[in-house]
Amino acid sequence: MRLLQSLLSLNRKGTFAHGIHPPTSKSQTDHLAIRRMPFSEKMMVPLSQHFGAPAKSLVHKGQEVVRGEPIARADGFMSVPMHAPVTGVVEGIELTPTARGPKAEAIIIRTHHAASQQVMYGADYDWQRATAEELIQQIQKTGMVGLGGAGFPSHVKMQVPEDHQIDTLIINGCECEPYLTTDHRMMLEKTDSLLLGIRIALKICGAERAIIGIEDNKMDAVEAIRAKLEENDPISVGVVKTKYPQGSEKLLITALLGREVPSGGFPYQVGVVVNNVATLSQLGELIPNRQGLIERVVTIAGPGVSKPGNYLVPIGTPLRFALENAGYFGDASRLILGGPMMGNTAASLDVPVTKTVSGILVLEQTQSSSEQQKIYPCIQCSRCLDACPIKLNPSQLGRLAAKREYEVMADQFHLNDCFECGSCSYVCPSNIPLVQYFRIAKSVNRERAA
Amino acid sequence: MGQPIVEIRTSPHIHSSPTVAQIMHNVIYALIPLAAFAVYQFGISALVLIITVLVSTLLTEMMFARLAGRASTLVDSSAAITGLLLALTLPPGFPLWMGAVAGFIAIALGKTLFGGIGFNLFNPALIGRAFVQAAFPVAITTWSPAFAPGRFVEFIPSTFTLPLMRPDDLSLWIEKINWLRGLNANPGETVDAFSGATPLAAWKFDGITTNSMDLLTGMVTGSSGESSALLILLCGSYLVMRRMMDWRIPASVLAGAFITALMLYMFDSESNPDPLFVLFSGGLMLGAVFMASDMVGTPVTPLGVLIYGLLIGFFTVIIRTFGGLPEGVMYAILLGNALTPLIEYVTQPRVYGSKKQTGAAR
Ligand code: SF4
Ligand code: SF4
Repeated sequence: MRLLQSLLSLNRKGTFAHGIHPPTSKSQTDHLAIRRMPFSEKMMVPLSQHFGAPAKSLVHKGQEVVRGEPIARADGFMSVPMHAPVTGVVEGIELTPTARGPKAEAIIIRTHHAASQQVMYGADYDWQRATAEELIQQIQKTGMVGLGGAGFPSHVKMQVPEDHQIDTLIINGCECEPYLTTDHRMMLEKTDSLLLGIRIALKICGAERAIIGIEDNKMDAVEAIRAKLEENDPISVGVVKTKYPQGSEKLLITALLGREVPSGGFPYQVGVVVNNVATLSQLGELIPNRQGLIERVVTIAGPGVSKPGNYLVPIGTPLRFALENAGYFGDASRLILGGPMMGNTAASLDVPVTKTVSGILVLEQTQSSSEQQKIYPCIQCSRCLDACPIKLNPSQLGRLAAKREYEVMADQFHLNDCFECGSCSYVCPSNIPLVQYFRIAKSVNRERAA
Repeated sequence: MGQPIVEIRTSPHIHSSPTVAQIMHNVIYALIPLAAFAVYQFGISALVLIITVLVSTLLTEMMFARLAGRASTLVDSSAAITGLLLALTLPPGFPLWMGAVAGFIAIALGKTLFGGIGFNLFNPALIGRAFVQAAFPVAITTWSPAFAPGRFVEFIPSTFTLPLMRPDDLSLWIEKINWLRGLNANPGETVDAFSGATPLAAWKFDGITTNSMDLLTGMVTGSSGESSALLILLCGSYLVMRRMMDWRIPASVLAGAFITALMLYMFDSESNPDPLFVLFSGGLMLGAVFMASDMVGTPVTPLGVLIYGLLIGFFTVIIRTFGGLPEGVMYAILLGNALTPLIEYVTQPRVYGSKKQTGAAR
């Protein structure tokens, strides 16, 4: 009977065309409750952790700061403020290395270990009586950015252009990247703040309903949320198939609503706003208390980590400190920030955890000399076409990239629709670094245009 | 001690797919039963022919690798596949020296000239086969009977023809074999496993059809590895099951051939064979399963794959019916290979979020 039921319900699960099924590798951490990470001696808070203009520092060398206090203000609408992750003293504003490599300005704080690290900052806020505009301002004040990866300021995302009507708010709880389990744990442990965050977002965008999209490998989260929904709740859960990259914003919209966001367009053009589970559950905690974003949940996992788990990490914590607390004492050579499909390598361990770091993974060393790594010419097996969720022709794009015909790639073969999900590289038997080619092509095209 | 080398890595950081070498190895595994059946069916001559062609393709490959100063690509095994496939399309009594020439041409002309694996437009085995078809038209259509008594100890007389000599006429030898079997008793039975004519030729030139069941199991004569449709299907299924072959290609080739044959048959069932006969006879099955599906030279777009397959099936039947040759699959596939860039160009998939096709002529 259960089998029959699950067979029937299988038909109702939304999904998108193509995609891949990498091993989810989540069992290492998906059962581990979120734990608080201790405070590191030294914190580094970069002024630019988001898409948009860097924040402007409000502090000076030697100044005492309290945990939760704003230490940098937003520079315009396309920017967000920063808050002190610890109570301590500002050591200065220095150029520090970033995960990407080039140095950037960061506020350095030395932690007062004697101080209680209670968040003393903040005040009650009655969000229910606020207008949408006020709430958007309030969200900007929290310093919130999309915690899923790109770091787009959340208040900008919620600001829908005047001439567009939003009917559905989608909350992305897919977490389709292997290894990562932060969203999963938050849906289980922070269900109330998540629902509160969703109600706030509903009020802002004026949608009549909200759908939480969750992959069918996280049915416990589905149940946990459903148990807390009210009767006739505008919020519902939409179960989607476990498939990569189900968590891509546009593909999730297609999976849940059957709508297709126009090429180069935004979700609001099809009446949708999408937010991430981590973002909204944090907002649900911060907004009612007028607090700022000072910590985030990070999955630290992978074969090289002896104490894997989901850690609540203060923003600004050096990677080295975070990893040592998770039982990893090696170097940066096998390190990935984010998930294995779209994450970045870290240039060193002396870079801080920022707002957009959802995971720190230590993977197995790759054997660069082995047959597994050898690059062959394209054998036209068409696996990449069957994998690409956007239905591009990565094989053709790859052949054009080899000839450096970057403009043809963009003009005729939709290069700019590629969101670098990595599915094509993942399946290519010839080991062609397709995504890397596409990144190079895009940046060359950008430079030519500039 | 030098600095540790920092590996530059970009996403994705995980990868999963068989490697090219693994795919190649599996294709070889899938071809071995076909070769074994050919030896069982035609005896020692088929065995030495297969070995000769293989050695020829491998040596040619090695020679060109050395000339070009690159590491031998033997490890990618594609030369071995070419050799095996080529040998399986030749008549079992094909003179060995001609087999060696075919192997040389397949690699030299079909593969290396285009720049090696991945760059060749055409299936190299078919290039080799097309060359010998043109150069040695008699030898390539001289068939010897299957299951000849003594086939494991006695060579087919034409096997050891000296280079540039005319191969022995097989008719005397075939008569001898038939006599050994006492078949002269019923001279009417000319088309079966024991005669020298292939089912296709028998149909084309004498209007005699062969039992479909015999075709399926391979109890007939023909090229070394083309006779048992069933075995070819089984070996192909192995590759499909290991996700190392795109089943859509053989399926659409066979569908194309079936549909075309059915239409011809319905139009005139007197002079056209029934569609099942078309499917199971000659080189169609081997061509559809192992040669049309050779990924290099096939379109990558989903619609393109379908069109490519249907066209090959269609051309095969058209050439068989209206051309001067009993067999058409080889030219049909080469034609398909040639059309691939065009097919791919006009069948780009519709990209998510856009109205029109990618790259299509505008
Ligand atoms: S990386 Fe780009 S081309 Fe490759 S599968 Fe993803 S969207 Fe398609
Ligand atoms: S997966 Fe790799 S080898 Fe296969 S068609 Fe795509 S690019 Fe070519």
